[in-house]
Amino acid sequence: MAGVAGGLARRLGWDPTVVRVVLVMVSLSGYGICVYVLAWLLIPAEGENEPVIARSLADRRGIALALAFLPALVIALLIGSVLGLTWISSLALPLLVSAGGFVLIWRNADPGEKAFLHRAAAPVTSLAQRPDGSGRSSRFLLRTLAALLLLVGGLVALFESHARRSAFRPLAGLLLIIAAIVIVFGPWWLRVARDLVVERQARARAEERAEIAARVHDSVLQTLALIQRRADQPQQVIQLARAQERELRSWLFDGDRPGAPGTQDSTFAAGIHRIQEDVEALHGVAVEVVVVGDCELDDGLRSVLAAGREAAVNAAKWSGAPELSLFGEVEQRTVSLFVRDRGRGFDPETVTEDRKGIAESIRGRMARSGGTAAIRSSPGAGTEVALTMSREPGRRPRSAVAT
Amino acid sequence: MTADARRPRVFLVDDHEIFRKGVRAELSDDVDLVGEADDVEPAIELIKERLPDVVLLDLHLPGGGGHLVIEAMKAAGGDAAAVKFLALSVSDAPEDVIAVIRAGARGYVTKTISGPELIDAVLRVAEGDAVFSPRLAGFVLDAFAATPADQPVFDPELDQLTPREREVLRLIARGYTYKELARELSISTKTVETHVSAVLRKLQLSSRHQLTRWATERRLV
Repeated sequence: MAGVAGGLARRLGWDPTVVRVVLVMVSLSGYGICVYVLAWLLIPAEGENEPVIARSLADRRGIALALAFLPALVIALLIGSVLGLTWISSLALPLLVSAGGFVLIWRNADPGEKAFLHRAAAPVTSLAQRPDGSGRSSRFLLRTLAALLLLVGGLVALFESHARRSAFRPLAGLLLIIAAIVIVFGPWWLRVARDLVVERQARARAEERAEIAARVHDSVLQTLALIQRRADQPQQVIQLARAQERELRSWLFDGDRPGAPGTQDSTFAAGIHRIQEDVEALHGVAVEVVVVGDCELDDGLRSVLAAGREAAVNAAKWSGAPELSLFGEVEQRTVSLFVRDRGRGFDPETVTEDRKGIAESIRGRMARSGGTAAIRSSPGAGTEVALTMSREPGRRPRSAVAT
Repeated sequence: MTADARRPRVFLVDDHEIFRKGVRAELSDDVDLVGEADDVEPAIELIKERLPDVVLLDLHLPGGGGHLVIEAMKAAGGDAAAVKFLALSVSDAPEDVIAVIRAGARGYVTKTISGPELIDAVLRVAEGDAVFSPRLAGFVLDAFAATPADQPVFDPELDQLTPREREVLRLIARGYTYKELARELSISTKTVETHVSAVLRKLQLSSRHQLTRWATERRLV
């Protein structure tokens, strides 16, 4: 343990394992521990000049403490002889001598050894090192007393049982001993358990931090790096920044995993945000989205979204405006979606054929599903497409517009 | 109208140094920047000391929400209570926005706003007008959405928007500027301002149960 076996082996020229086995054998008789402790005291550790005992001689309190075991020894021997229990006397001498030697080692060992001892003796020291609040120390005293009483009672019950041969007595004795152990060591166990919980929490926090760091690295830092490389292409920079902003937002506020494959949108608001995402990603214009209220999608509302998407894509492609506004509102009876840009606009009277086709496809789609589409535009003032649809499918007049 | 004739004194509260730097660069030609702070406590102290016309206030500060700064100024009374606030944020969380408006901010704009638009918003707040971004208009419409049957209206004056106010908010949410909105509704921009200020007042004074409940629900969703 303290390198005693190794040190002895070197001095005697034996194999350390042999020394260890011999030591353990001797320990079983009780004197082995005594020998071990004395060897620890008297033989200098490797790389040191003086043994622990040399330092101990200057430690008067330590010696006094060690000597304090003498009366304990006398008492133990007395009890042993009175009760006729020879095992007490045979164990008491080596154990108490070891304890005295141990106190000296405890107080005078070098720092490395001390640290080792502290770790090994944590359960015992936790009992001795109470915070000096008097309430707590008296409670500690009480606990020790209760434990001692239980222990003695338990031992007595256990040994008495040989004479009576009742099954109850030894059982009760065992229970009392266990209770004593629990009372003495319980608080320490509790503390260990608590430390374990605290440690687990700390680990969970650290893991969470690591995960956030990984996310930020995978998304935000990568995007920032891309933005730096493309600083000369403002359109792309805006596109990257918007896409990153969206992803971060959906992670922070909606708990979506960044980069997770999109599932089928089930609500009107989600559908509008999907239009925003796709138009920003594909056409590089900023899309400002405002949605008031929300509801589940049905076929009619999917048509509204599809028409809105078409209008948004048109605006992104043709208007020349750097920004679009999408406003969706779900009211009690109707759902509306507005797509607006401040781009170049057009004169609805003189639209070219392809433009007209697009406008018709938006109008036609809405009409077929029982909604309305109004397109307002004038050159220089931008375009706005207004789509409305009743929330009750029964109130959606199907028009006869041919496909 | 020359810019110098009405250069407002502006104070900046934001915990992001980079963002403050950007705003400084954008605003310095048109306003007097009289100071900045990066947290609630220093902001309260410096604003009381310098009494700016307009404070640009970030919604989220290390020491708490931006509404704490506004509440401290209102509590201080006197000249400090007259300081106007324009909330500025990247946050989408509607309850935070509504909280800062209810505390007394004269408007809310997102940080993605362009330089000239920000200057315009600051000037308007300095003149006592309210500044509604499309997003804020959406939040307010949402907060004042039709009352369910089980929700009693305590004070119709404060707890409901008039159809006209609703129309104005809808147009703002659709991306209309005040000027475009005035043309659309054939009213003067001054009337638009009146409607918007009325909405702001309702938002701040309404004891309507639903406003708070709405915010909590939004947080849960």
